[in-house]
Amino acid sequence: MINYIYLTTLLPLLGFVINGLFGRKIKNERIVGIIGSATVGLSFLIVLDAFIQTLGLPVEERSNTVNLFTWLSVGGLHIQFAYLVDQLSLTMSLIVTGVGFLIHVYSIGYMRGDKGIWRFFAYLNLFIFAMMNLVLGDNFVVLFLGWEGVGLCSYLLIGFWYDRKFEKGTTSQAAKKAFVVNRIGDFGFLLGMFLIYMTFDSLNFKEVFARAQAFPVAESTFGLIALFLFIGATGKSAQIPLFVWLPDAMAGPTPVSALIHAATMVTAGVYMVSRTSILFASAPAIMTVVAVVGALTALMAATIGLVQNDIKKVLAYSTVSQLGYMFLAAGVGAFSASIFHVMTHAFFKALLFLGAGSVIHGMHDEQNIQKYGGLKKYMPKTYATFFIAALAISGVPGLAGFFSKDEILWNAYSNGGFVFWLIGAVTALMTAFYMFRLVSLTFYGHERFDHHHVHPHESPAVMTVPLMILAFLSVVGGYIGLPKVFAGEHGNLFENWLEPIYAPAQEKLAMYSSSTHLEEILLMSISVALALYGIYFALHVYRKNPKIAENFANRFKGLYKLLLNKYFVDEVYEAAVVQPIQKGSEKVLWKFTDAKLIDGTVNGAATIVDKISGVIRKVQTGVAQSYALIMVAGIALVLLWLILSL
Amino acid sequence: MEQNLLLTYLLFTPVVGSVLVLFFRNEQKQLARWFGLIVSFVAFVISLVIYFRFDPANPQFQFIHQVTWIKSLNISYHVGVDGISLLLVLLTTFLTPLTLLSTWKAIEKNVKMFTFSMLFLEAGMLGVFISLDIFLFYIFWEAMLIPMYFIIGIWGGERRIYASLKFFIYTMFGSLLMLVAIIWLTVYASGMLGKFTTSLVDLYKVGPTIPHQIQGWMFGAFFLSFAIKVPIFPLHTWLPDAHVEAPTAGSVILAGVLLKMGTYGLIRFCLPLFPQSAVQYAPLVSVLAVIGIIYGALVSMVQTDMKKLVAYSSVSHLGFVVLGIFAMTVESVQGAVIQMINHGLSTGALFLLVGILYERTHRRDIAFYGGIAKIVPLYATILMIASLSSIGLPGLNGFIGEFLILLGSFKSPVLNSWWFTIFAATGVIFAAVYLLWMYQRIVFGEVKNEELKHELTDMNLREMIVMVPILFFIVWIGVYPNTFLKLTEASTQSILQQVGTYTVNLLK
Amino acid sequence: MSSIPMEYYLILSAFMFTVGVAGVLIRRNAIVVFMCIELMLNSANLSLVTFSSYLGNSIGQVFVFFVMTVAAAEAAVGLAIIIAIFRNKKSVNIDEINIFKW
Repeated sequence: MINYIYLTTLLPLLGFVINGLFGRKIKNERIVGIIGSATVGLSFLIVLDAFIQTLGLPVEERSNTVNLFTWLSVGGLHIQFAYLVDQLSLTMSLIVTGVGFLIHVYSIGYMRGDKGIWRFFAYLNLFIFAMMNLVLGDNFVVLFLGWEGVGLCSYLLIGFWYDRKFEKGTTSQAAKKAFVVNRIGDFGFLLGMFLIYMTFDSLNFKEVFARAQAFPVAESTFGLIALFLFIGATGKSAQIPLFVWLPDAMAGPTPVSALIHAATMVTAGVYMVSRTSILFASAPAIMTVVAVVGALTALMAATIGLVQNDIKKVLAYSTVSQLGYMFLAAGVGAFSASIFHVMTHAFFKALLFLGAGSVIHGMHDEQNIQKYGGLKKYMPKTYATFFIAALAISGVPGLAGFFSKDEILWNAYSNGGFVFWLIGAVTALMTAFYMFRLVSLTFYGHERFDHHHVHPHESPAVMTVPLMILAFLSVVGGYIGLPKVFAGEHGNLFENWLEPIYAPAQEKLAMYSSSTHLEEILLMSISVALALYGIYFALHVYRKNPKIAENFANRFKGLYKLLLNKYFVDEVYEAAVVQPIQKGSEKVLWKFTDAKLIDGTVNGAATIVDKISGVIRKVQTGVAQSYALIMVAGIALVLLWLILSL
Repeated sequence: MEQNLLLTYLLFTPVVGSVLVLFFRNEQKQLARWFGLIVSFVAFVISLVIYFRFDPANPQFQFIHQVTWIKSLNISYHVGVDGISLLLVLLTTFLTPLTLLSTWKAIEKNVKMFTFSMLFLEAGMLGVFISLDIFLFYIFWEAMLIPMYFIIGIWGGERRIYASLKFFIYTMFGSLLMLVAIIWLTVYASGMLGKFTTSLVDLYKVGPTIPHQIQGWMFGAFFLSFAIKVPIFPLHTWLPDAHVEAPTAGSVILAGVLLKMGTYGLIRFCLPLFPQSAVQYAPLVSVLAVIGIIYGALVSMVQTDMKKLVAYSSVSHLGFVVLGIFAMTVESVQGAVIQMINHGLSTGALFLLVGILYERTHRRDIAFYGGIAKIVPLYATILMIASLSSIGLPGLNGFIGEFLILLGSFKSPVLNSWWFTIFAATGVIFAAVYLLWMYQRIVFGEVKNEELKHELTDMNLREMIVMVPILFFIVWIGVYPNTFLKLTEASTQSILQQVGTYTVNLLK
Repeated sequence: MSSIPMEYYLILSAFMFTVGVAGVLIRRNAIVVFMCIELMLNSANLSLVTFSSYLGNSIGQVFVFFVMTVAAAEAAVGLAIIIAIFRNKKSVNIDEINIFKW
């Protein structure tokens, strides 16, 4: 099926076209949903088959290119529309289509009764199309096509309920913000591409990576390339300083948050860094930047997550934080650990969002966790799955999150240094805390909602079955990536599978210091202890003694305010960037420079000519008799002169 | 030489049509509309025939038809096309019938004269693109001002007289400088070649031998004339006025084709005629282009009038084209040519869409609208596609042009600096800001005015017939640009070669 | 004929011409202006006839015929215009006839 891999993008595109053009006419919304889900489901099967086929190939032959047509051919630039089917793209494709399919199915239930359901499924399909192009593209330009395409779908889906209010503004403002901030990242990505083309004279992955090893290129050039690309990644994957769009992106329907803003699109940056690992590995300074940005983002987002009251906001900041983890991993050279975390995160974070969606669904669109409480008995399935996901993300041993998180922390310590590990561990503690704060406030305690208006109920099977599947994956998903300390030198299946992709980068980095197994187990125990303590503390506080939280908030009012308002980053950006540009453009550029200065000069030139003419024109009175008088006087003078000169 | 009459047929179809339409009676409005549409469609068919017979591998001018005209001065009626001009000819013949169709309801006053003006305008534009004699070129260049002047001045908005006069005098001012330069050039050529000639092919050989200092002046005179037409910052202020006051059809043709005459002139005349000066002044021109990109985008962002917003966005988009031309790499110049077509399609589409709203409500201020997605979903979708194309989303046409231009300018040895590209690329961000902001304010949210519910109706069949072909090409160029890139490759290379041979030393 | 010296004719002609010029320049009534133009033409005719007779050749007299023909045509057209204007404006004051002036 490798040769038919293009069907995995074509099918969702077909779904988009069918639902987009004819969806409005299809009266039965179930059919719309089935079309939307089936195309993605089929894509998943095709990817699965291609994956199995690739598994059967010897390691050297696992990277295959599927050529479709020549997209751009200008001068020395030849861009093929081609897909690269290798270990990395297959892994990502499985996540995208697999989790994507589950979320499509879930959406049939979640979006029931919405008038725009055909539009919703059309956009979702378009998203899968773009995302598959992103992960399958065999060159930077196809990747960029997907890269911008997912940004567009994100824009369309965040603003899906375009007539609704969202926080202080509207959903469409949130959508625009997401697109524009992403564009800032894309600007960096574009420049990175140009520099790559200039340096390596190609934009094809295989050629560029081969030449990156062969060409004598200065480290500073690699540094710039990596920096530009990383700017792109910070935009798409919501890292400092461009993370501000992701929390606002929660304005979209919850399945969108699960699919785009948790499981797939936001990990595109991680995928890209991981795909271009050799370029990053050749620029050690930028690797450090990546690790630092990742660590800081993880920490900062986690602190904000501690105090948020909107269920989706907590999850959004949690996503930002987990993405920071992935970049931390990439930054310390553990690319396969970062992709591993992408995968496990896709499982449990999609599950968390879908669970949140199920809660919101059952609570009549209420999102404030302070108005939940005691929902355990009303929605047992949602509760059970949500609980599993919370355990997984907190890093409780045995669940998926534990393995990937531990892998990252271990690499952060052994390749990065103690500080990176410490930040990671503290973040893990906070993650466990805010996740169980969420669980407690939502499912335990007394019921704080208005019983007259709200009647909590469990969601239908079409929504809970995807939850259960994801819960299953969140439990077992980690066992393909067992740490070496338990499974032996070649026991980490996931790492072995991806190893050929990162071999050149690893060779360049040449690290893996000589830490002992004892150290690894010790650190692992500490992080597990921290996570367990976080869980315990959260349960203790929010289940038994809510006063503690209140007192704490009162005692550290300033800090609480700071966190609740997300460090005022939005406000600072608004005041420092948005307003100056907007006001400057209006007052200085338009009203002054354009209207007064430039157009004033143009019209001024015309006015001057007009004024001068006004003066000269007075000579031309238009009275024929005065012309005649002047003529006669002239003749008389000429005659006089003639007579006198005789 | 073998004569090929196809281009002459193409050129004279609208000319004959415009004369015939004058014999109609004023009351025969519907007849005049259909007649105009059919004539322009015939012209489109002829241009398609030319396209299919065109040999893209041949960098020379093709379909040449030469007839001696003014014998004593060796001036001849001399037409022909290469890949670049063919593409622009196709754009012209493609947009004109669509534009005429879009005015079906909008123009009620003096339909006969309007049809006459449009056809005459089409002939003028075609003439500019196919002339191979600089004298003939100049005649078309000036002649096409006249119908445009009337289109703005008669069928325009409130301040139409001001706008049309400004448009006319501003462009005329530039053309006169060019006329002086043309005269000097031909006199100089007669000294060099021993005979007076206005043939472009001959002048290509003469231009580069002009003494350095004088060539700079010549370049300046030509450049100024084209720069006003493009328009390049800071010569752009006629454009918003003209666009705002012009009727929809006028705006579409103005943005779609007329502005391209400026950039076409830069490629066809400034570069090959004065290669040394072009290379010397390329950084300077590029600075203006980049300022135009950012400035146009920022000013566009804060506009309150939809048409003005689109007009300023044109300044920004054409900045990309100029940057591409003066980066002088194959990628960037090809990108510039494609971007000319893209801009014609996407900005043309945007003007048509603004016109559709205006026809229904007679309002152009963004603040009046809001929430129309509910009332006119089809319109909202099409406006979204047109905006995205203008934003440069990969998969649609705008991306191809911008990508090639930026890529080419990044590695351009003529500009020899990344800063041009880095600043120009910020235009990509701002484009998203101003268009999406406009879109959000017009389309999303709650329905803002009750009037909208009564007055707005979704697009009808005629309007769909106008928009669908444009959207079709927007997607085509985005997905498979090679159809068009192939057409221009040989011609672009030959022009760059002409520049390259004379400037090898300069670049070292 | 020779009893009256030529100068007398010429002085008369010059006087008539001056009266004509002054009339055209000063008067505002279109009819009067028009008559003054006729006066100027006729003074020229007088000079032509005088010279013709003095020199004994007929060319001058031929000229006079031409001038008279032109003057007649001019009178016809001019008067027609003046009448047309009068019908419209109820006045032949040339100061009031300025609608073409911008």
